[in-house]
Amino acid sequence: MDKIDVILNINGAAHEVSIEPRRTLADVIRDDCGLTGTHLGCEHGVCGACTVLVDGVPVRSCLMFAVQANGRKIRTVEGLQQGAALHPLQEAFIAHHGLQCGFCTPGFLMLAVGLLEQKPDLNDEELLDVLSSNLCRCTGYENIVKAVKAAAAQMSVRK
Amino acid sequence: MSAGVKDRKVSGIGASVPRLEDPPLVTGRGQFAGDISFPRQLHMRIVRSANAHGLLKHVDVSEAKALRGVVAVWTAQDISDLPPIEFREGPNEKLAPFRQPVLARDRVRYVGEPVAAVFATDPYIAEDAADLVTVEVEDLPVLVDASAPVADFANGLTTEPTICRQGYGDVDAVFRNAAHVIEIDVAIGRHSGVPLETRGAVGRYDAARDVLELHGAAKVPHRNRESLARMFGRSTAALHCHEAHVGGGFGVRGEIYPEDVLVLLAALRLGRPVKWLEDRREHMIAANHSRQQRHVIRAAVDAEGRLLGVDDRFFHDQGAYIRTHGTRVAETASGILPGPYRLPNYRVNCHFRLTNKTPAATYRAPGRYETNFVRECLMDEIAKKLGLSRIEIRRRNLLQPADMPHERPLTALGDEVVLDSGDYPGLLDKALARCGWDELERDVKARRDDGELIGLGLAVYVEKSGLGPVDGVHIHVHDSGDVEVITGGASVGQGFETVIAQVCADKLGADYRRVRVVHGQTDRIEYGIGAHATRATVMTANATAIAAEKIRVKALDMASQLVQTEPSRLAIVGGRVVRADAPDAPLITLGEIAGHLRPTSKTRGDREPGLTADGWFNTAHMTYPYGVQIALVTIDGGTGAVNVEKMLIAFDIGRAINPMLVRGQIVGGFAQGLGGALFEEFQYDERGQPLSVTFADYLMPTAHEVPKVDVLITEDAPSTTNPLGVKGAGEGGIAAVGAAIASAVNDALGGIATVTSLPIKPQWLKAVIDAHAAASR
Amino acid sequence: MKLMKPAPFAYHAPNTLQDALSLLAALAPEDGRILAGGQTLVPAMAFRMARPAHLIDINGIRELEGVSIASDRLRIGACTRHAFFESGEIPGRLGDLLRKVVRFIAHYPIRQRGTFCGSIANADPSSEWCCTTAALDGIIVAESARGARRIAAKDFYKALMTTALRDDELITAVELPVLSDDTRTGFSEFSRRAGDFAIAMALVTYRLERGLIADAHVGLGGAEAVPRRIPEAEEILNGQAPEPELFAAAGTAAAAAIEPIDDNNNPIEYRRALVRTLVGRALASAA
Repeated sequence: MDKIDVILNINGAAHEVSIEPRRTLADVIRDDCGLTGTHLGCEHGVCGACTVLVDGVPVRSCLMFAVQANGRKIRTVEGLQQGAALHPLQEAFIAHHGLQCGFCTPGFLMLAVGLLEQKPDLNDEELLDVLSSNLCRCTGYENIVKAVKAAAAQMSVRK
Repeated sequence: MSAGVKDRKVSGIGASVPRLEDPPLVTGRGQFAGDISFPRQLHMRIVRSANAHGLLKHVDVSEAKALRGVVAVWTAQDISDLPPIEFREGPNEKLAPFRQPVLARDRVRYVGEPVAAVFATDPYIAEDAADLVTVEVEDLPVLVDASAPVADFANGLTTEPTICRQGYGDVDAVFRNAAHVIEIDVAIGRHSGVPLETRGAVGRYDAARDVLELHGAAKVPHRNRESLARMFGRSTAALHCHEAHVGGGFGVRGEIYPEDVLVLLAALRLGRPVKWLEDRREHMIAANHSRQQRHVIRAAVDAEGRLLGVDDRFFHDQGAYIRTHGTRVAETASGILPGPYRLPNYRVNCHFRLTNKTPAATYRAPGRYETNFVRECLMDEIAKKLGLSRIEIRRRNLLQPADMPHERPLTALGDEVVLDSGDYPGLLDKALARCGWDELERDVKARRDDGELIGLGLAVYVEKSGLGPVDGVHIHVHDSGDVEVITGGASVGQGFETVIAQVCADKLGADYRRVRVVHGQTDRIEYGIGAHATRATVMTANATAIAAEKIRVKALDMASQLVQTEPSRLAIVGGRVVRADAPDAPLITLGEIAGHLRPTSKTRGDREPGLTADGWFNTAHMTYPYGVQIALVTIDGGTGAVNVEKMLIAFDIGRAINPMLVRGQIVGGFAQGLGGALFEEFQYDERGQPLSVTFADYLMPTAHEVPKVDVLITEDAPSTTNPLGVKGAGEGGIAAVGAAIASAVNDALGGIATVTSLPIKPQWLKAVIDAHAAASR
Repeated sequence: MKLMKPAPFAYHAPNTLQDALSLLAALAPEDGRILAGGQTLVPAMAFRMARPAHLIDINGIRELEGVSIASDRLRIGACTRHAFFESGEIPGRLGDLLRKVVRFIAHYPIRQRGTFCGSIANADPSSEWCCTTAALDGIIVAESARGARRIAAKDFYKALMTTALRDDELITAVELPVLSDDTRTGFSEFSRRAGDFAIAMALVTYRLERGLIADAHVGLGGAEAVPRRIPEAEEILNGQAPEPELFAAAGTAAAAAIEPIDDNNNPIEYRRALVRTLVGRALASAA
């Protein structure tokens, strides 16, 4: 099949790629743009490890074709820190032991970033509801929830 | 308190310091197998059997080979000189015929079995080509039930390769004379670790140095390197395994699988690196399964409910082949089943059976998740029969502190069972007090009177950890002051680096953040034990402590010459040598001392060059941490759904190096155990077709399903078999969850039915509830 | 052996509805399909269970965006995402009901992309929106190059995942009746885990006239091959005072009236039992 020229704006940088339409956004981010922080856990849209932000919205990048993201603003885990300064969510995950093997972590981070930027004042129930979107096999979720809550508090203080 | 002493307390043994592993992982800079790429690499895709059992008549690869971008397509004929994958524990003539060939030769025995391998220039083309391979199979009868009559395997062999027998005493005599005999027939469903990262491997042949490399190794890189070297007829100097980041192991990842062998062989033969990544569907049918056993077990007890003997006959569903673990899981189950109880007579016969399903092996707490469920169900049943409380029946049977160490003439994990230390009744008391058992019982009764289906359950269990017999590390202090600890360990995400760094820092007097821990690289250290059987904290940490102490002595010896003070009056704090009575006045740093010990240093004198040391730790036996789990559950009478309202895990780990990480292991293990108790199952239809192949059918708990867990870590019974006193926590959370939840569900059912298998499903619960309601009308 | 990368296809991204319909007319016979939210289609393509040769991406078509209220109907455009219904922007009893229901649809990130109309076209029996359209007697607006037609929900769902939609038709909107201010609505669903496909669900609405139930709607989803209203349950409710025994009776009637899906994990009797429970709970919670 013919390839399509696409420009993916990822973390503020433009990536020009020429790709078959059947390539998923996840695969193109990883293989063509070299940003391997976004992980593939299932490739059928259930585990959420591939979550990135597209125009500020958390999206499962294995459920989108890269051609659909032409011209959109994509953010991945590699874009969270500002220079050497970690994002409050990253700091919170470290402080609260919110990761063990780290494979699901980028997906949770992007899910949480998207969520907290859209809805900073979530109650516990809403937070749990959203965080049960993604799968983790190591932590039992307890510390992920703690970390996101702590970061939410930090982020609202900073405002 | 001076800053120096505070440093030690803050970052050494016992401190919940943040992990060294985290920064690259939270910034997306991890290097998992899928992130490793080499120039000109090829991509491998495996063609797998769609039939559960049959004669492999023909594999047509011609169309696949013709696809542009395909470099090679192999079947068994192309790799006929390759021996089968060895057992990890060494050759076993009896079990050898049941090993899996790397690619199926004349038979396929499970859906998912590798039949052909495609090598192409990109992964999408490899999949397109795999789609074009046709496999012709003449179906044979399919066996999916391990307790059904045995069938033919091949060459006169049956699907029961062996019966594992263990025991002691005179079981038949006690059963003849017992006041009561209680029998149950219970099963554990097939499930497994299912890490978030699927398997992956990259094979690379470095022709310039004549070294064959396996990237993406895990768990037991040194053992695997030796096995693979033998398989390939190469010296261990010419084959190395490299572990990168690992997205969860749980026992399942890291064994030698056919795909690992294929990427190595292909790298050699095709002259290019070969990368293989499994997709999720493949993982569900090709990576090791576990847990499936059916136990028909009887207990003989006296009039007071004390165990006189246990006779267990169980069927272990091994799947289609015997893989690297041999009969390890079944043997461990047999040896550890008695748990924390006094058991004067015991007999176990394990029918180790093959079926046409994915081969099985170890999964976190192997043999224990299963037998804790079986044994604790049996104890509850005994209590019911005798009209005693479930607490009382356990009190009457638990081994007492005075009984320790307690030897049983059994083996588990290849090791004689010697329960080293433990206060089981003491921990039971602590657990009951912690959850407020008596008050909970009253609440439960009140709510039950109000019509709720609600129950309390408990399980007391013994775990195994610290599999030896020996481990060693090499420590080298750099001129910069960084301390490099080179281990033969492995990281599967559990925090190995941090724990080793803490121990090193504590014993040496360094800052743990300046300690770099190397693991999983067979070219950095000659021998290693990897990470499994919860051994890293016991073995590698103790070896590290020994080496760190040697470094400390060497450093102070050199320092004493430089600062003209007796070593006994010096200390090392935060990586700096100080006078013991003036800890805030640093004299010289570890890095500077390392500089003085360089080979050409004029101050070195006769001392051996380098601030380096090796440390070896030997142990005769495993250690046995122990625990109590208590669950409070409700059953929704309208849907059959189980809700775990309260959960307590009390676990004695001897000594916690990093309490935060210990808690993480317990809670994480609990979530997996919950999955096995209520949700997870690899289901098959009667034709051997796997039905649970996606995350939509294989249900793992999400944040919604995992309740808050109260974790009580005690350090009452430090291990007597290692100087650090540690026992390890990796498997303590998961091991008794099936048991505790089944106990609670049975209590909630109040006798209208009894759980006979895991997972406990709402469909079954609703059916028994409705049947009972109909019968009582 | 099924694989996990999609098979090749040609990609089209029309900007107008007319272009989309022309493309669909030309490509449907060649295995052309619509790409809207993609949350169901893309994983099906990953498994190669769907192998469309052409995909027509309608996400860029302005005319298909938006929700509007005209006379007594809520019109939901094709590209309206599930998440929209969480926002509270739809007023009245209907808005409340849709907000109650949407929480059960998959998970947050799926709801950001998946579309209401896409669910209707897919007709999975576990779809909450399919149950909603059936329960409320919604209208599906189907357009093609040949023109437009309006299909009543009860005529739309034909068999398991099979609808009255022709290959060259696109659902441009679904209409739901605006509910009167005195309508009570209730929804209850059961799945193994939060966000999983529902094994069964019940959506109920009714009004009270002089303290007695009137105009009862009892819709079921997940239990049978297609979602539908259950007249046997509605008959029991109409003209009676709302109370627990009545609700239980309606549940029993619904359970008896259905032909449940029989699948590997859920025997027929289990779905019947669930329906009985869920109808009762939906009625009890109706507000």
